[in-house]
This record gives sequence, C-alpha cells and structure tokens, in this order.
Amino acid sequence: MSHITWFDAYAPGDEPQLGGKNASLGVMTAAGLPVPPGFAITCAAYRELLASNGLAESLTEVLADVVPDSPATVSAAGTVARALVMEAQLPAGLDDEIRAAYAELSQRCVRADVPVAVRSSATCEDSPDASFAGEHDTYLWIRSPDAVVEHVRRCWASLFTDRAIAYRRAMGYADDGIAMSVGVQKMVLPRTSGVAFTLNPHNGDRSQVAIDASWGFGEAVVSGSVTPDNFLVDKVLGTVTRRTISSKTVEHTLGDDDTVVEVDVDETRRDEPCLSDEEIAAVAKLARKSEKHYGCPQDVEWAIDADLPAPDNVLLLQSRPETVWSRKSPGPSRRGDEGYLESIVHTLMDPLHGRASQQVR
Amino acid sequence: MADRFPSPFDMTVPAGAEGWEQLYPYSLMFSDDRREYEESMFWFHDGVHTPEVVPPWDATVFEFAIISLSQYNTRHYLIPPALGVDIRVLNGYMFLTPVGVADPAEIESRVPHFMERAGFYFENWDRLYAAWMPKVRALIDDLDALTISPLPEKEDLSVITEGLGSGSGFELTTTYNRLVDLTLKLWNYHFEFLNLGYAAYLDFFGFCKGVFPNIPDQAIAKMVAGIEVDLFRPDEELKRLATLAVDLDLASALMSGSVDETLAAVKEHPAGEQWLAEWEKAKEPWFNFSSGTAFYSADKVWIENLDIPLGFIRSYIAKRQRGEALERPTEVITKERDRIVAEYSELIGSEEDKKAFEMKLGLARTVFPYVENHNFYVEHWAHSIIWRKMRDFGRVLVGAGFFTDPDDVFLLNRFEVPQALFDYYHGWAVGVPSRGPQYWQREIERRRGIMNALRQWSPPPALGAPPETITEPFTIMLWGITSESVQQWLGGADDSGGLSGFAASPGIAEGPARVILSADGINELQDGEILVAPLTAPSWAPVFGKIAATVTDVGGIMSHAAIVCREYGLPAVTGTAFATKTIKSGQRIRVDGNAGTVTVLDNGG
Repeated sequence: MSHITWFDAYAPGDEPQLGGKNASLGVMTAAGLPVPPGFAITCAAYRELLASNGLAESLTEVLADVVPDSPATVSAAGTVARALVMEAQLPAGLDDEIRAAYAELSQRCVRADVPVAVRSSATCEDSPDASFAGEHDTYLWIRSPDAVVEHVRRCWASLFTDRAIAYRRAMGYADDGIAMSVGVQKMVLPRTSGVAFTLNPHNGDRSQVAIDASWGFGEAVVSGSVTPDNFLVDKVLGTVTRRTISSKTVEHTLGDDDTVVEVDVDETRRDEPCLSDEEIAAVAKLARKSEKHYGCPQDVEWAIDADLPAPDNVLLLQSRPETVWSRKSPGPSRRGDEGYLESIVHTLMDPLHGRASQQVR
Repeated sequence: MADRFPSPFDMTVPAGAEGWEQLYPYSLMFSDDRREYEESMFWFHDGVHTPEVVPPWDATVFEFAIISLSQYNTRHYLIPPALGVDIRVLNGYMFLTPVGVADPAEIESRVPHFMERAGFYFENWDRLYAAWMPKVRALIDDLDALTISPLPEKEDLSVITEGLGSGSGFELTTTYNRLVDLTLKLWNYHFEFLNLGYAAYLDFFGFCKGVFPNIPDQAIAKMVAGIEVDLFRPDEELKRLATLAVDLDLASALMSGSVDETLAAVKEHPAGEQWLAEWEKAKEPWFNFSSGTAFYSADKVWIENLDIPLGFIRSYIAKRQRGEALERPTEVITKERDRIVAEYSELIGSEEDKKAFEMKLGLARTVFPYVENHNFYVEHWAHSIIWRKMRDFGRVLVGAGFFTDPDDVFLLNRFEVPQALFDYYHGWAVGVPSRGPQYWQREIERRRGIMNALRQWSPPPALGAPPETITEPFTIMLWGITSESVQQWLGGADDSGGLSGFAASPGIAEGPARVILSADGINELQDGEILVAPLTAPSWAPVFGKIAATVTDVGGIMSHAAIVCREYGLPAVTGTAFATKTIKSGQRIRVDGNAGTVTVLDNGG
C-alpha cells in the first residue's frame, strides 16, 4: 500500500491517515483553493516504522520513567526516544516512495531538488481540547532527497521533544495514542505576493475583492515597508474596477542562508504593475473561492510562485476570517423598508453618486 | 483653469454666417430680453443628438423633443426637484440647460402630486404600456397616409359633383399642419413613459450603489437589460437574411453589384423569390433605421439607401461562410444575466435589503423595455417617414420652381414652410406667378452659404456658469454630463495621452484607432480596429462584430450607443469629450471599458 497521499488527490476518507494539518491542505486543494503543491507521508508509514522496529514497546518503556513535574526526567526520556526514532530502520520501500514522490514534486515545480517545507502533522493536532500548536517541528528550505528523508525522520522524532512530552502529560494524552503524518510541500518562492480582502476595506462593499500586491515575499506588504499596488475587482463581473500602481522601492527576497532579506527594487521594475490582468483575476477568484468555502468574508495571503508554470503559480498561503466589516452591514442602511415611490422620490432628490469617472480614481 | 465658460453673449458670428438668427424661431435665441436668466444658467452643447449644425426645419423635431421631455417633468408628473430642459440655438448648434426647482418648499409641495401621478403609471404600467404601442403605430400609419401632391391644373370633377366645397390648396396646407401636429404628438408620446422609466431605473441604480459602493455601472445595466429588444431587430433581420442566403445557396448572387443588379441576380436564382419575399418583409418596418442619430433630415435611412443594409448583409454572409455563428446567443445571455443577479443578491447582507433589491429590480425590468424599445419606433421609424414626407413637400416646391432640390425645404423653419406653401397656393389660386421662385431661390442660396459658414465653427462644449454639482438624473444618464466632465472641459484636454469617460460597456481592448467623423465613414473600419467617433448610432451595430472597442466624445451610460455596445459585448468608453480631437487614426490605443479610460500607447507605424 502506498504511504504517499498527494494533496491534490485527497479524498474525504483520507483524513485519519493525514493528521490535522495535511488533511486541511487536502481539503483546501479539493475545494479549488490552490495551496502550494505537495504530498503527505501517511500515519500508516509512522505506524509501520514503529511496528517493524519493535519501537512501540521500547518507547513505552522509556517514557514510563517520566515524572510529570521533573524536567530532568522528561529530558532524559526524550533524548532516548528521539534517538530510537532517528536510528530505526525505515520499512521496506518507504525510503524509495518518499524519494520518488519528492522527485515527482520537483518535476512538477520545474526545478531540480525543489526546496520544500517538511512539516509535522500529528493526529492529535487541532483537537477540540488541545491545539498542540507548535509542539511538533517544521523544517523550511529543505532541498535534496537525502535531506527530505532525514527531515521526515526528524518530524517523527519531534513527537518526543521535551515540550511535546510535557504537553501531552499536561493535557492528559497518552504517548502511544498519537500518530504522525509528515507533509512535504513546495516552498513558495514568490515573484509577487500580497493580501486580498473579499470586501472593500474602505467601505465594506461585499461585491469587491481588494488586492494589495508587491514584488517578492509578502513581508513588504504586511510590514508596510512599501506602498503596494492596489486593485479592486468586482466579484461578479470579474472586472478591475480600480487600479492604483505605486512605486515599489524595496522587495524581500531569499538570501544566501535561506533567510528573507530586504533589497532595493531596480528602477525599471518599480513602477511596473506587479500583477498581470490574468493574475489579478486569478487572485480575486482564489479569494472569492476561499470566502465561499469558509462561508464568510476572508483575509487571504497569496503569492505568485516564480517556479511554477501559469496558471498553477497563483497560490493561497493563508486564509482567515475578515473581522472589521463582517460584523456590520456595509454602508448606510439603504432604506430597504421604504415603499418604491418614496424611494424613487429620494433618489430624484439626492445627488447621484458612484458614477464612472469617480471610480477611475 | 477658467472658472466659467464663455457667456453666450460673448459668442461671435462666424464670417459668412451673418443673419443666421433669422433662420430659427425667435424663441430659441439668446437675447437681451432674457439675458439675466440666460446668463445665470449652464448651457451644454447637445452632441449626443445634434453633434452638427441643425438645419432650420430639422430644429423643429429637436425642439419638439426637448419641449415634450420638459412638459412631462414639469406639468405631467411634477418631478419634485426638476423642471424641464431649456433649449437655445447658437450659431446653428443646440444648447441645453437642465432647470431645477430652487425653492425647497415648492419641491416638497410637488411630492404628493408626483406620487399620485407617477404612482398611477407605475401601478398600471403593463396596461398603459400595452396601449402605447397601438397608439404609436396608429400615429405612424397616420403619418404614412399623408399624401402630398402638386396642385392640379384644375380641380377634379368629383370635388364639384360630391359638393366637397374645399380645394387642393387647402388640402396641401392642412396636410403640412397635420404633419407638424403629428410630429409634436409623436414626441409627446415618446416621453409618456421615458422619464418614469429612467426614474425607476435610477432608483435601482442608487440602491445598488448604496449596498455595493463600487459596483460597476454596467453591472447594474446588465441586470436590467432586456433579451429581446426591438432596437436590435434591424441587425437581427440582416443576420437572418445572410443566413438564409447561405442556406439557399444565394451567396454568390448577393455578393457583388449595385443594389438593383444584385436583386435582379437573386431573382434569376431558383430560390430567389423566397429570399426576396423575406427581404421585402424585413424592410417594413425594420429598414426604417437611421444611420445617424435620426435627428437630421440628411441622416441616411436604410430603406432609402439599400446599399447600406446590403453591404452589412454581405459582410455577414462572408462571416457565415467562414463558419462563424451569426445568431445572438440569447440563451447564453439570459443565463449570464441570471448569474449576475443571483451572485449580487447572494452578496447582500440583510434579508430586508435582499427583498428591496428584488422589488426594485422587478420594477426596473418592468419599465426598461420601454427605455430600450421606443427609440426604434419614434426616432427611427416615425422620423424616417417625417423626413420623407417633408421631402415630398420639397418636391412639390421644386415643381413650382421655388427650390432646385427637395432637400432645400429643410433650410426653412417650420413657420416658413407654410408661408412658402401659401405663396404657391396664392399663385395657383389667382392664376398668377408666385413670388417664391425668385424669393426662395435667392434665399436658399444665401442660407446654404450661412450653413456652410456655421459648419466651419466648432461649438464650445458649454456656455455660462458651471453648476457646483450636476444632479439632474437625465443630464447625467443620457447626456453623460457630470461635475467631472464639466471640470475637464474647463481644463481642456490633458496632454498625457490619457482620456477618461464613462465605463459604458465592459472589457479591455488594444488596437489601432480609426477616427470616424460620420456614418459614411464606418465602412473604412478594418477588423480589430478601435472606433473613435463623436458618437455612434444603434444602426452601426453590424460593424461592432469586427471592431475591438468603441470610444466616443459624448454620451452617458444609458445613451443608445452604450446600450447597444453592451448588447454586442463591445468594450466602450463614452463621453470622453476630446477623443476625436486628441486621438489620430493609426495610433495604438488601449480602451478600458471597465474603468472608463483610454490610453494612447504609441503613434503606430
């Protein structure tokens, strides 16, 4: 049986095998929300690792020594447990499966040894009573098959970091009731990135998607170190109702040591729009899909990946509920209860608003 | 930047046009008698209906139109804040000014009357509108039935034997009076529904803008637009005839030669009679279609210039032979309209607003067929007959030696034609020469010179004091005049190569510009070019299939040109004021029909 589940091949029954994080990436992909491409190594792989090495028993034995209030016992048991996982023999074929999947991902991304994030996705994460947020490890900018396999192991082993062991004790979870799926996902290398609101943040207009966009990583937009290009897109017609191109003087790019660094944008690109019309439409569509998927206005982080071919290069990084306007009704209440004649009288007496030439600005 | 436009009283008469004022009714002149009022108003040149000099008789029809619009605002429905639109002619060009009600108490006092009167029409819309069409059709029949004949050498014997007791001279002058009366009545009918139709549309428009401040104007227009619209019928008929020609294997017979040669060649063909029967059927009424705004006697009407529809049919045949579909995909259009409505409705937050949206959309859709359809019956069909009948009078007066060309009749104003006819009657009755042949031949010569001199003049876009804001709904929707366009006129064209106007029909296109100043030029348009014109007419629709976009100097979101461009999916920016002056044929331009902007990209090769 395969130990690999691609995010874009996710089916609802896969969830128990993927853990919370990977399952949600699968759900989003299935809903047409284009998260960065990748695959999950299933929980079954982890369980087979334990079974084929007789690890279940040895781990139980090691962890039995832990005294909840004694960091020294946690640390001692953790060190041994992690070593057991790191040194265990991979089940037959699993090593090949992971390498083959990574090779295929590299091919899809049109890049040899594509940099990936290797993320833990434990079955207990995002439980109703315990989030396990940040308890397990994630590794960024991993490149090469050997490194991927190595970091998959590290993710497994991160079930036994000192803090994970202590957290489980504190929350009342058993050590052997948890399995770990590991996600391998393309690191986004953004040519352009930004945020999108599924309403106009200036007036709460729900028919519009407001996009802020700038060159490189999203830090520039989020931190406010540049004035981004701004686009307003009508959700229904798909037309750009307003565009403001700004001079984007700096961008964040990937430095030599895989950290993000701020550099000057060369003169010729500063005043160029950082999104094409097709990309604007794709970002707006992505934001609208996310809003439909979650059922309320969203605040979306997105990127245009430099490696992936169009149209697969428009990626959703994060989507969370919009909080400011969602709670109020947009604009002044429009006299919805008024009779049609009274309304017509008011319309005739009021100056007309919202004409084309005002929208140009 | 100037803070006001030149005063109408500072305008000078172009050289060679001296005495032009005598050609038009005195009541249309700027004069010292009403100077204070006239100087206090903002007058804009109506380039939407009358971009060119308006010949004296043609001015009758336009005057009737504006007066009829006004009376419905002022006296029929008592639109609370708006009286009529006043009209003046200056150097042969038509200037208009919307007149508001200044006193808030008077506005208030008009409200109950408006609600009673407009309410009656809205409540009984379907019944009243059902009666409108037969009324206008009967009027068109009455116009068509007018016969204009030269006065006979002697009265027919039947006049004696039937004891008629009146003669042909009386018939001739009466028929003219009847033509003028019917024309005025036609324009009364025209505005019976239009002002209210716009008001209901504007209410829906305002509601949408309240709920969705950034919703594009064209999205609102799309939700309301009809699917089967009579204004599109002439073009539909051409497509039908082209399809039929291909199906009947008549294409080769139709593709070359003059109209007469072509029709003769078709007749020779075995299936020719069938096609000719359809052609005849299409002609009445659908070829009563003007190639211009229909406000000029000189506008070419298809039925009198069959080369125009035949030319369009030929290009449709060619298209059809290339395998392209000609039919409007009405099912797709209907589906798209339903989708747009459903999606905006879904985005409305409160149930109450959702209900209001549905109610207002319902009313807008009830009233909108009138807004879309009347244009064919009034401006195109009835006007075609009016111009034709006037030419018959012209022909009679050519026969009497007054004129050399039947079209000379349009150089007389509506009060002068009866004088000429009576002069003819006088001479005929007495049995002596009329003065007309000398008087009018000389006068026509002079007037031709005046008209030519006036044509050399270009009217300023506006006169007088600009208002602080423009709020009169018809001025904005129909004429496309806004506070911003007024500011633009005051500032003149900017030299950055950019223009802005109304986002009249969605889409973005780039291509070489082709500046076309009149209907005669539209055949110069090549595939993929962008039409730049002072304005466009609905009858230009057949070329809309091959061009990439349209830019006009004048017109609002509800101008007929905008309605037709949306229907044909042609990106359009209207009301740019300066497009034909700043853009040159061959320049590559980008038209953004979503944002309402036009950019010159380069000067072409």
